[in-house]
Amino acid sequence: MITLQHYLVLSTALFCLGVIGVMFRRNLIIILISLELMLNSVNLAFVAFSRFIGNIEGQIFVLFIMVVAAAEVSVGLAIAVAVFKRQGTINVNDVNIMKW
Amino acid sequence: MEAVIFYALAVFTLVSATLVVTLHRPIHNVLFMVLTMIGLAGLFVLLRAEFIAMVQLVVYAGAIMVLFLFVIMLLNLDEPIVEREDAQSRRSWFGVAIAVYLFFLLAAVMLYVYPAPYENVSYPGLTNTQIIAKELFTTYLLPFEVASILLLAAIVGAVVLAKKVTRRVGPGADGPAL
Repeated sequence: MITLQHYLVLSTALFCLGVIGVMFRRNLIIILISLELMLNSVNLAFVAFSRFIGNIEGQIFVLFIMVVAAAEVSVGLAIAVAVFKRQGTINVNDVNIMKW
Repeated sequence: MEAVIFYALAVFTLVSATLVVTLHRPIHNVLFMVLTMIGLAGLFVLLRAEFIAMVQLVVYAGAIMVLFLFVIMLLNLDEPIVEREDAQSRRSWFGVAIAVYLFFLLAAVMLYVYPAPYENVSYPGLTNTQIIAKELFTTYLLPFEVASILLLAAIVGAVVLAKKVTRRVGPGADGPAL
């Protein structure tokens, strides 16, 4: 019997993998992918709650999260392209112009 | 039967997600992310959210990941960035430790989540997609329109950011920029 808790623990594991990716990797593209992973784990939690409470609103919110994720990714990748054109690298350790 | 499918999909998703985080060539990361998305779409089908599952496949695995692939191929970025052993990497390991701690903390909380009883609005004879459409275009009409404005702003922002021609200064070409 698969309960809500199974899905929530899986969602937590995916979220923490995303956190590890953001913390550990230094490639801007991979950091953006890890952010996508975190957003997807939240989607899984939303849909699981929607199913086990029997309320459709969780799935509506997943749609809005997808919209925000698409906007975030397009702007983030555009920033990555701009940074690469200017710096010649997307290693976030080398992108430190605005670091005091 | 449901349990077997759940565990198969969960293991598939978790292994793909681990490879997303650990592999070193960006192309491999993106391709394994597509596999993660497909596993999540399977879980959504298992949760009787067919519409979300299809949107997941079309929008995420189909569109967003292809955007990543295009940027990687366009900029010829498919070479692993050497992770240097310095103070920075020690800080990274500290971050990983914090993330693992966060997992145990969150999982301990999640094991005791029980949804509160909620008065269900039943939709007799409607499929999942029909229910979502009904709600989206009645109750959530205003957020839906705001989302379209957000997407428009993102399109304009992406075009403006990516087409701007900037002077290229290599890393350490003329010393660290201020």
